[in-house]
Amino acid sequence: MFYMFAGIILIFSLLSVTTRRILRAAVYLLCVLLATAGLYFMLNYQFMAAVQLTLYAGGIVVLIIFSILLTSHITHRFKHPDLVKLIMGAGTAAVGAGLVISTLLSHSFQASTAPELPVNMTTIGTQLLSTEKNGYVLPFELISILLLAAMIAAIVIAKKEKNKNSEI
Amino acid sequence: MIQGIPIEHFLIVSTIMFFIGVCGFIIRRNLITMLMAIELILNSVNINFVVFNRYLYPDQLQGHFFSLFIVGIAAAEAAVAIALIINIYRKLRNIDVENVNEMKF
Repeated sequence: MFYMFAGIILIFSLLSVTTRRILRAAVYLLCVLLATAGLYFMLNYQFMAAVQLTLYAGGIVVLIIFSILLTSHITHRFKHPDLVKLIMGAGTAAVGAGLVISTLLSHSFQASTAPELPVNMTTIGTQLLSTEKNGYVLPFELISILLLAAMIAAIVIAKKEKNKNSEI
Repeated sequence: MIQGIPIEHFLIVSTIMFFIGVCGFIIRRNLITMLMAIELILNSVNINFVVFNRYLYPDQLQGHFFSLFIVGIAAAEAAVAIALIINIYRKLRNIDVENVNEMKF
């Protein structure tokens, strides 16, 4: 099961950065995000998987597809990237991946034997809003302010200017 | 070990995904596809956090909450980035990165 999800993630993420049609890239990205949600289900974090499905696969991909439809033609294909840029990108990725993988294979991880915490909604909600040890109320409030600011900023940036006879 | 899969396999998958994202960020020239590469990078970091939490500290939930907050920040970032992209498209009629250097001045 894990190897199926891993194969889907690797193949579709590679396709997503190499395909020449932009809408297909978005659909491949959607496949990657769905397979990631499958990994979270396998690890028994149901809430995390649900957030991944609704926010990433449901929200961000739809936003990206909308902006693609607003800004480019469906039939448009990208030119092939420059050979120099391609070699540099692939080289950077290969060197970095080799370094990180060799490091993590030479390190021995000690799996904990502590009893598993049951991850249900009660635990998550209590910890998210508690002010004591293992409480996350401060980042919770911060991220709510950040979301509000991002929403206002998005509206202000994308708004058309009215009193200017722009051509669009 | 969960379902007989060692932790290294998860980490290798997320590492390769991260560097595919980096490679895509370098070779692409369209702003929206660069945004997609950033989403790939953030997603692989999320997998890392969740897997470390599951395998090494199963009695706590820190990695879980970190990935929750990262998902929230990614959503905010995508919203602002797409607003910027639409605005750039209105001004320049395309969204390649070479043309954005007008914003320097």
